Amino acid sequence: MNQRQALYEYLLRLGDNALILGQRLTEWIGHAPALEEELGSANVALDLIGQARGWLAYAGTVEGAGRDEDTLALQRDVLDFRNALLLEQPNGHYGDTIARQYLFDAFHYPLLEALRGCADQHIAAIAAKSYKEAGYHRRRSAEWMVRLGDGTAESHAKLQRSVDTLWPYTGELFTPDEVDRTLQSLGVAADLTAVYQTWDEDVARTLKTATLQRPQAGWMQSGGKQGRHSEQLGYILAQMQFLPRAYPDARW
Amino acid sequence: MKDWPLWEVFIRSRHGLAHKHVGSLHASDAAMALANARDVYTRRGEGMSIWVVRSTDITASAPGDKAILFDPSEDKVYRHPTFYEIPDEVDNL
Amino acid sequence: MHIQPGHTGGEPTRSAEALAELEQAFQEKIDAEIKIEPKDWMPEAYRQSLVRQISQHAHSEIVGMLPEGNWLTRAPSLRRKLILLAKVQDEAGHGLYLYSAAETLGASREALIEALHAGKAKYSSIFNYPTLTWADVGAIGWLVDGAALINQIPLCRCSYGPYARAMRRICKEESFHQRQGYEIMLVLCRGTAAQKRMAQDALERWWWPSLMMFGPPDAESSHTQQSMRWKIKRHTNDALRQKFVDQSVPQADYLGLTPPDPELKWNEQIGHYDFGAIDWGEFWRVLKGDGPCNRERIEARRRAYDEGRWVREAALAFGAKQARRAHGAE
Repeated sequence: MNQRQALYEYLLRLGDNALILGQRLTEWIGHAPALEEELGSANVALDLIGQARGWLAYAGTVEGAGRDEDTLALQRDVLDFRNALLLEQPNGHYGDTIARQYLFDAFHYPLLEALRGCADQHIAAIAAKSYKEAGYHRRRSAEWMVRLGDGTAESHAKLQRSVDTLWPYTGELFTPDEVDRTLQSLGVAADLTAVYQTWDEDVARTLKTATLQRPQAGWMQSGGKQGRHSEQLGYILAQMQFLPRAYPDARW
Repeated sequence: MKDWPLWEVFIRSRHGLAHKHVGSLHASDAAMALANARDVYTRRGEGMSIWVVRSTDITASAPGDKAILFDPSEDKVYRHPTFYEIPDEVDNL
Repeated sequence: MHIQPGHTGGEPTRSAEALAELEQAFQEKIDAEIKIEPKDWMPEAYRQSLVRQISQHAHSEIVGMLPEGNWLTRAPSLRRKLILLAKVQDEAGHGLYLYSAAETLGASREALIEALHAGKAKYSSIFNYPTLTWADVGAIGWLVDGAALINQIPLCRCSYGPYARAMRRICKEESFHQRQGYEIMLVLCRGTAAQKRMAQDALERWWWPSLMMFGPPDAESSHTQQSMRWKIKRHTNDALRQKFVDQSVPQADYLGLTPPDPELKWNEQIGHYDFGAIDWGEFWRVLKGDGPCNRERIEARRRAYDEGRWVREAALAFGAKQARRAHGAE
C-alpha cells in the first residue's frame, strides 16, 4: 500500500464515520423525544455532514479520479465504505442513539484534536474546525448519558442495555491496521493508543457518574474500516443514494 | 407527567453589549438549559455568552404599579444634561 | 417572559361597568399601536383567540417538519441535505418560539401538544398532503413557505408583544426557506425531462392547497373581523391570497411551469391575476381529518411523544436529584 492509497483510505474512514452517523441522526428529525432535542440533534447532524463533505472532497482530490464529495457519498456501494460498524447501528430508542453517539464522540474528539497537528495541511485544517464541534458533541452526549443513567430505574436499565449492546463495536475504533501504521509513521495518522487512553478515561468517568457498569472486555466486532460491514449499511445506502442512482444523468 | 421547567434565555451577542432576553425554552436541569439555549438561540452566530434562569426565579414589577414606579422619574429633568444652560463658548462640558 | 401569565381567570368578578371600562382602555391601547404584554389586562376572548391562533401556528410548524423531513435521508446531494436539515430544524425552532409565546398566555406546552394529539387542535391543512418526489421539497419551499411568509409578515406587527417578537425572529430566519425551494425548482426545470416532469407534477399538486393556506374567503371567515379589530390580524384572507397569486404566477412562468388553473390570467383593469374557483369542499374535508395524510401525521407526532416519555421523565428525575444534592450540599 503506497502513501496515496493509505491517505485515501484514511480520509474515507474519517468522512464515512461522519456521514453515516449524520445520516442516522437525520432519521430522528421530527420524531425526537422533545422539541429542544430536535434542534440539538439536528445541530450535531449538521456538523457531521458538514465534516463529511470536507473529508470526502479531499479524498476525491487525493484519489485523483475526478470523484467529488457527492460521487463518493452517493455512488459507492457497501464494499467501498470505510465507516466503523458502530456508526451504522440502528437508532433504536433514544438511549441507544445517545450511547452510540457518546461512545463515538469520546473517540472522535481526541482523534480530531490530535489531527490538528497532522503533517498533512488539509487534514490539519479540517480537524482544527471539526474538533470544536466534536467537543460540543461529546459534552452534550455525556450529559445525556448521565441523565439517562442516573434518571429513573427504567432509563437506567435501558441505557445499560444500550451500552452493553454497543460495546463490542468500540474495539475497532482503536485497532490500527496497515493504513494507520503507514500514515502514522509519516506523522499523518493519529496515534490510536493515545486516543484510546483519552477515550478510556472519559468513558470510565462518564459511566461512573451515570451509575452505569462498564461492560466486561470481550469479543470485539470489526471490519467496517476495511469495508466488511453489517447488514445495516445496505439499507442506509439504499435510502441515501436513491435519487442519484435512479436518475444517473441528473444534477440537483 | 409535567413538562420540563421553563427557562428564560439571555444572550450577549457581541463584546461590550449587555445580555439581552431572547426567548425561553424547556429544560430539565441547568446544563441542559444552557445546551438548549445554544442549540435553539445561537444557530446563526448570534451569541458569545449565554445566561439561563428559571422563569419562576424572576420577580417582575406589576403593570398596575407602572404609575407609582415610573411616573415620578418623569419630572426630574435636572438629571439630564440638557437641563443646564452653559454658554456656547465654554468647551468640554 | 413567562412570569404570572396575564389571564383574567383567577381575578375577582368585576362589575359589568368596570369591565366595559377596562375593555375600552384596552381597545384604546390597541388603536394607539401600544403592544399588549403578558401581564397586562386583556379581555378573556382576546387571550383565548391568541392561544388558539398561536398554538395552531406552532402545531403547523411541528407537523410541517414531517413531510419535508421524509426527504432528509434521501436528499440528492450533501449540500441539499444540509440545507433541508437546517430548514426543518428552523421549523422546530419556530414551533418552539410559538409555543413559548402561547405559554405567556397561561397555556402549557404539554396541554397544547396533548390537544393536538387528541385531534382537538387544528394545524395548517397543507401538511396533510404527501411529499412524493424530491420536487415536492422544492415546491413546499417555493409555494408553501412563500404563502406562509405572506401570512406571517403582517403578524410581526401583531398587537400581542410576545407573538410579534416571535414572528419577527421567524420571518428573519425563514427568508432563506422560500429561496432554497425556488432554487430546487430552478435546477429541476433546467435539468432532464424526468426532472422537469417532477417539477410540473409538484406544482400541480401543491398549487391549490397553497391557495387554501390563506383560509376561507372573507365572507365565511368567522374570526377575521374581531381579529382585525384587535390587530392580531392586519389583512383579510382574500387580500393575502391575491398577493400570493400575483407574486407566484410570474415565478412559475420563469420556471416554464404551468399552474393547474385554466382561468388564471392577468387582468389589466384591476392590475391583478384572475384565478379560478377554489374547491372549498376539499379544504373543509382535509381540515376535518380526511386528507391524504392526516392520520399518519398525527400518528407520527403521537408516537414520538409517547416513545420519548421515558426520556423526558428520566431527565426530569435527574434534574430533581441534582437539585436535592445541591440543596443537601449547602
